[in-house]
Amino acid sequence: MTSAAGGLFSHVEQGPPDPILGIAEAYKKSTNPKKLNLGVGAYRTEEGKPLVLEAVRRAEQAVVSNPDHEYLPITGIPEFNALSARLAFGEDSSVIRENCNATVQALSGTGSLRVGAEFLARHYPVRTVLLPSPTWPSHNKIFPLAGVADVRAYRYFKPSSRGLDYEGMLEDLRKAPEGSILLLHACAHNPTGVDPSLDQWRGILEVAKEKKFLPFFDSAYQGFASGDLERDATAIRMFADEGMEMLLAQSYAKNMGLYGERVGALTVVARDAAIAERVESQLKLVIRPMFSNPPRFGAAIVVKVLQDPELYALWRKELKGMADRINGMRTLLFQELQRAGAPGKWSHIVEQIGMFSFTGLSKPQVEYLTAKWHVYMTLDGRISMAGLNQASCRYLAEGIADAIRACP
Amino acid sequence: MEYAEPPDPILGVTEAYKRDTSPDKLNLGVGAYRTEELQPYMLEVVKKAERIMIDSEDNKEYLPIEGLADFNKATAELLLGKDNAAIREGRVTTLQSLSGTGSLRVGAAFIGKFLPGRTVYLSNPTWGNHKNIFADAGVEWKEYRYFDKATIGLDFEGMTADLEAAPDGSIAVLHGCAHNPTGVDPTREQWGAIADLCERKGHLPFFDVAYQGFASGSLDDDAWAPRFFANRGIEIMVAQSYSKNLGLYAERVGAINFVLADAAAAKRVLSQIKRIARALYSNPPVHGARIASTVISRPELFAEWNTEMDEMAGRIKSVRQLLYDELTKLEPSRDWSFVTRQIGMFSFTGLSPKQARTWLPGRCSLPCCNVENMTQKHHVYMTKDGRISLAGLSAAKTPALAAAIVDSFKV
Repeated sequence: MTSAAGGLFSHVEQGPPDPILGIAEAYKKSTNPKKLNLGVGAYRTEEGKPLVLEAVRRAEQAVVSNPDHEYLPITGIPEFNALSARLAFGEDSSVIRENCNATVQALSGTGSLRVGAEFLARHYPVRTVLLPSPTWPSHNKIFPLAGVADVRAYRYFKPSSRGLDYEGMLEDLRKAPEGSILLLHACAHNPTGVDPSLDQWRGILEVAKEKKFLPFFDSAYQGFASGDLERDATAIRMFADEGMEMLLAQSYAKNMGLYGERVGALTVVARDAAIAERVESQLKLVIRPMFSNPPRFGAAIVVKVLQDPELYALWRKELKGMADRINGMRTLLFQELQRAGAPGKWSHIVEQIGMFSFTGLSKPQVEYLTAKWHVYMTLDGRISMAGLNQASCRYLAEGIADAIRACP
Repeated sequence: MEYAEPPDPILGVTEAYKRDTSPDKLNLGVGAYRTEELQPYMLEVVKKAERIMIDSEDNKEYLPIEGLADFNKATAELLLGKDNAAIREGRVTTLQSLSGTGSLRVGAAFIGKFLPGRTVYLSNPTWGNHKNIFADAGVEWKEYRYFDKATIGLDFEGMTADLEAAPDGSIAVLHGCAHNPTGVDPTREQWGAIADLCERKGHLPFFDVAYQGFASGSLDDDAWAPRFFANRGIEIMVAQSYSKNLGLYAERVGAINFVLADAAAAKRVLSQIKRIARALYSNPPVHGARIASTVISRPELFAEWNTEMDEMAGRIKSVRQLLYDELTKLEPSRDWSFVTRQIGMFSFTGLSPKQARTWLPGRCSLPCCNVENMTQKHHVYMTKDGRISLAGLSAAKTPALAAAIVDSFKV
């Protein structure tokens, strides 16, 4: 057929399935009526359905009624960028007042992280990034592929308490190279659901200053974690108020339910406006050969929601509704686990925050849960609380109890 | 960082145009289609498709990494033909990506990882961003001769000589139709010779298809070259964009396709390009893909789309003809036939590219810089390589453009 026998690509091997998205594929293939998808982090209603927020539906109507498909600037919709920065840093933030931020629209959280990482690989002299252990698996791929080759883990999750290993974390941070890029989950840590307390954030900030780290916040759950937009931005604002130069990747996938529209923003906070402007010009050079300019539709929806007072109020209400339902599921699952007599302590289920919970289940226990109970979840024991409802909490609790007894 | 980088050579043109206050200004920079009134054109089928989508209240769930299945099927069939053997045999891999740029980037990253050490050959000239895309993906690029300044046409001998001299198994980036920036395409006979060469050398053709349907008005005619190669059994890569032909510019709709020797390879390649996409943006935007899929799959919308595409291509053809007529009227001693020989949105006028290193309007007064003359004296904005976008030209402004061109050739 072609000149090379077997073609030019016969040497290309089959790639492994994505650890998270691969679960959804496996779930889809299952025909068992009891199957439960606790894999990918997309919100589900009590009825187990995807949700498009009313505020978003209305904004969408407005956007479609005034259609415009012309290329956006490389950096995206300017209003979107300004509003996103304000959302994260606060109305009265000195960062914004002094124009210290270079904010560009990018492809949700992933795209923002990738643009940021590429920028750092080119312009930041320290090629070390510190990632919490565990973290969202894509973090481990994005940074090295972008050219930040030295990836180091810092202790984060403490299996014994299923909480934060604060001492271990600070110890590892102090040992890291000066000037390292410090990746922090702004709130609702993925996959553990374990967040530092306010005091612990202050401690982390002190070490970051001491070690001249460059903080890089991954903010995928602002408003979605506690139900309160300002509260979920506490860590970001604490660092910004200290005058830290830092990066921020924002996603609207979860908090506005815009998953597939790929809406996000990358911010680089620089020392002053002149530097921020030069940084922006360099970000454009990263973006142009990657995707030229970002997709308009989702960002146009965000602008409408954030700019229109009625839609904004409605959004806040719906956001709280989602967060409340998830917290309700946490409480219920905790009760059901007690009821099912699942061995061990389960208070972490209600102490953790956000969409995910690190159950503490081992790999064999997870595999058992999938095989016998048709519960689909990632092998690290992470479950998406958003995938639960009243009925499935009991089912899951019973499954967990069984799995722990079967695979001690 | 001591200094900001100069503005993007293409997108920066529009920025400069916007700052110009002259009533005579003309933007022949970026390649976005304009009506005779020089307004953006939103296709009727796109408006209808969006309405259908809004009314059906689709959710906004993540697409799979490889994109919307209906879109992928439709785009592969559109490219290769519905009854294409390679599709039937499962030898085609398609991954929805971020328009042409994103699709090229995924393809480039794949080349960098799985065909390491190979060189990519780009036409001289080519779309500026090609070089950056391959460079950022860590892939070495070189150029093959393409544009013949003397004939304002294709340097076929130079092209084939350079591709012949390239090491076996190199990657050749070929524009499927309506070459950007020259508007000069090989003839079918020349395509045949290029295919022979690629087969003989084991080169991997990487087609950039950004104007299918937009160049001639016919989707099938404009896909002739990649189809020809695929039907010859040559493995190819193809990046597609729906920015121009569906006017979906800002929604970033496109796809990277591989036509491979066997179905097993197609599956393996898919698994690998998914990993590449995952680390760039996770999964592609849903909105534009749904629009494209809706239009392509509904016969009445598809037919209407063909009509609209014919109109857009038709306007460009007629404005080319008009420009030719005006130029010939003003300067009959010069051969202006390249204007109507070239095809698509762009025309390489033969005006000299700017020589100076930095692009700062007003700085250069050298007589050789006649692109500068176009902009400074005539307020005609174009890219510094001498490219004009016919899509941005109205019949009304054609006489003025003709005068500007004739004047600038004298400079």
